[in-house]
Amino acid sequence: MRLDRDEVIAIAHLARLALTDDEVEGLRDELAAILDHVAALAEVDTTGVEPMTHAIPITLRLRDDVVAAPLSVEQALADAPATRAGGFEVPAILRGDGTS
Amino acid sequence: MSTDELTQATAVELVRRVRGREVSAREVTQAFLDRITAHDGAIGAYLRITPALACAQADAVDAAIARGDDPGPLAGVPVGVKDVIVTEGVETTAGSKILAGWVPPYQSTAVARLRAAGAIVLGKTNCDEFAMGSSNEHAAYRPCRNPWDLARVPGGSSGGSAAAIAAGFAALTLGTDTGGSIRQPAGFCGVVGLKPTYGRISRWGAIAFASSLDQIGPLAATVADAALALEVMAGLDPHDATSLDAPAPALGATLDLGVAGLRIGLPREYFAPEHGALDAEIAAAVRAAGDALVAAGATLVDVSLPHTRYAGPAYYVIAPAEAASNLARYDGVRFGHRAAARDLDDLYARTRAEGFGAEVKRRVMIGNHVLRAGSYDAYYRKAQQVRALIRRDFDRAFETCDAILAPIAPTAAFPIGSRATPVEMYLGDVFTLACNLAGLPGLAVPCGATAGGLPIGAQLLGRPLDEATLCRAGAVIERAQGPRRRPTLGGAA
Repeated sequence: MRLDRDEVIAIAHLARLALTDDEVEGLRDELAAILDHVAALAEVDTTGVEPMTHAIPITLRLRDDVVAAPLSVEQALADAPATRAGGFEVPAILRGDGTS
Repeated sequence: MSTDELTQATAVELVRRVRGREVSAREVTQAFLDRITAHDGAIGAYLRITPALACAQADAVDAAIARGDDPGPLAGVPVGVKDVIVTEGVETTAGSKILAGWVPPYQSTAVARLRAAGAIVLGKTNCDEFAMGSSNEHAAYRPCRNPWDLARVPGGSSGGSAAAIAAGFAALTLGTDTGGSIRQPAGFCGVVGLKPTYGRISRWGAIAFASSLDQIGPLAATVADAALALEVMAGLDPHDATSLDAPAPALGATLDLGVAGLRIGLPREYFAPEHGALDAEIAAAVRAAGDALVAAGATLVDVSLPHTRYAGPAYYVIAPAEAASNLARYDGVRFGHRAAARDLDDLYARTRAEGFGAEVKRRVMIGNHVLRAGSYDAYYRKAQQVRALIRRDFDRAFETCDAILAPIAPTAAFPIGSRATPVEMYLGDVFTLACNLAGLPGLAVPCGATAGGLPIGAQLLGRPLDEATLCRAGAVIERAQGPRRRPTLGGAA
């Protein structure tokens, strides 16, 4: 079983990964092999079994609503690839023709 | 003490000598730094070392001692920290190009507690990128080799941390264990590795891979050293909502109680695995560890963990799904690598394509796939149900035994490049994954060697919060091994 090219490309879009054609081809087989490996889950009778999400059942603790020292703007921007006016600068979100 | 004596001493011994003013923390630190400089070129245990910072930390410990202040229970112990664990002011990359040059503005809780206890951070150890791997072969910067045989893997993903202990490049290292990444490299490198109960050690500062599975833990030369480190690091942390409100266990106090009257379970599915064979030498060495426990007064019982064969499928749905979510933050906007791009979508896609390695991409892809609206129930929800059954297996087993003894991996350290496909690599994780899915503690302890001299380790798995029983049993197995074997490095021991 190989995944369709279109399927791989659709997943890559969800994953925000720009893949080369070679990578897409390779992933058709690799992802199929991994999905084969995990397909065994379908064999298990899980009727009435609650999904387990935490190893030890705990209730989410909320912290006190007290102001704590945040990172300074300088600290937050220290490793930024590009900054402008105290913020993170990024390329245009919309293209020139108004599409995104 | 000579450099060799210092770098061969256990953490417990170093603390005793430093606190007793027999040797300065500075001298200890320098001995380890010198050994790293002399020998790590061939091994690659460290991604970066921080000699100036380490010496300053050591001087502070020595100054405290000179003033008559308590320098802490880990005074003078040189530590290597896996590069998925954040160290304030020191570059942290998670072993990935996408975080090249990132300098964290905060300290991980685990490292903060070690530092407060007087430990000295020497540098960041090598690992599989974002902790995704079982051999350290998915390291983006440089390979890490097994000090016992440089043509073989040290294991992963905490390969550098395990290799550093084996080679005498630290007295203690930190690793993380999401699917076996402390225990398996510990086994491959002949050292002790402890994965605590989920929630024991704060994940604040552990760069997230799979949040319901990740745990920081110590690697060391002895059970006593690992136990001491866990005592120092464990305990509630308000920064981590999943950290347990349980006091740090007093492991040192119970370490030498022995195992008289304890029941040790041997899970039949681990000795007759579904996929591939368990090496006869490994099975024999683990059974010999069981014999050592019996000689010390324990009894062996047969237990069954019937859903063992589904641990791999469950893990390789849950972990990638959580990773896909956790790694969405690496987008080139606020930190790390940024690709040249014409618009924002392009920025995300190209940054991640350039910054992530192949294994990370595979897992992010699988994760995104199994979380899609049409797939969620069949994959992620199903896997979480199977996870509950895996945990139920353990709970049932612990009705008839106090700890489980099992192999860590089907083979000893394998040659670099020998696991050709991703699934081949995943199948080797068969014995470690269930413990993470169930949230239980696991201790890896050396228990023998192959005919070719490669280390063999056994693992002990325990009830939630029962690291103490694991350490008691581990100490007995350790004693039965006799004097510690060390690999020969480049002609010098």
